[in-house]
Amino acid sequence: MRELSLHILDALENSVEAGATRIELLIEEDLQNDILKITIKDNGRGMSEEVVKKALDPFFTTRTTRHVGLGLPLFAAAARQCNGELRIQSQPGIGTTVEVTFQHSHIDRAPLGDMATTLLAVLMSERPVDIYYKHSIDGRTFELDTAEVRQELGTVPLSHPLVREWLEKTLREGLAALRQPEQ
Amino acid sequence: MPKLKTLEDLKKLREEAQQDLKVRLETGTKITVGMGTCGIAAGARETMHAILEELKKRNIEAHVTTVGCIGMCVKEPLVDIEQAGKPRITYGNVKPDMVPRLIEEHLIKGNVVEEWVVGRLPTSQ
Repeated sequence: MRELSLHILDALENSVEAGATRIELLIEEDLQNDILKITIKDNGRGMSEEVVKKALDPFFTTRTTRHVGLGLPLFAAAARQCNGELRIQSQPGIGTTVEVTFQHSHIDRAPLGDMATTLLAVLMSERPVDIYYKHSIDGRTFELDTAEVRQELGTVPLSHPLVREWLEKTLREGLAALRQPEQ
Repeated sequence: MPKLKTLEDLKKLREEAQQDLKVRLETGTKITVGMGTCGIAAGARETMHAILEELKKRNIEAHVTTVGCIGMCVKEPLVDIEQAGKPRITYGNVKPDMVPRLIEEHLIKGNVVEEWVVGRLPTSQ
């Protein structure tokens, strides 16, 4: 995948498939220690220890529509080639946490890419899900919690075009400001 | 993030959105984009974004949603268009630059773009 945000979208879709109603997405860019860390924590149905062991095997999937499951193995391979790793912690009935690290400055590390569209794609899924997104760069932070947005909106759904536009704009402007703090 | 300002924005937005909500819920068009690993790797996120932009540009009411893999990975990005009373059509390998024609032909003129069709289901009910 050309952008890390595509791997992230893929992992978030896993959470949605697992029946999660709330996902926490944390992106930490620690430039001093040269680490990029992505954490995805969901309250989905979780996996047994046995399934967790197989989750990084590209020839394992719980889907019935095809026989391969490339999402997490590809994400793990991307991390490994940048001196990082992908770790999964999961408990049936509680949820799953996927933690991925990269050497921030590694030449093979794909750019983070379009996080705004990634989040929109997840929010437009058939199953309603809330995302708490926190992105920090060297201690500066951008946060958005769609549960708060939903509460403010009452009966208006997140998928309403006006809301979608607002979400996209808020994300783009917030993340741009995070990258260029002096402006 | 200037939180107070954005919450004010949302209140205004809510009033505006509520006015056309009823119409929107009753719209008969549903567009589904495949967003499994295969879809994502083939560019489905960008295709979805192009669909949203095109609908906005032309002021068309449609419910856009994403789903996981349906097993036809080689034809991703897959886009499904369902309209009340019409067969459900699945288009394959839909790239963002194909979206304007798809919307124009299928949604506005009501013609199926035959050369891009990879599947169709008869009208439900």
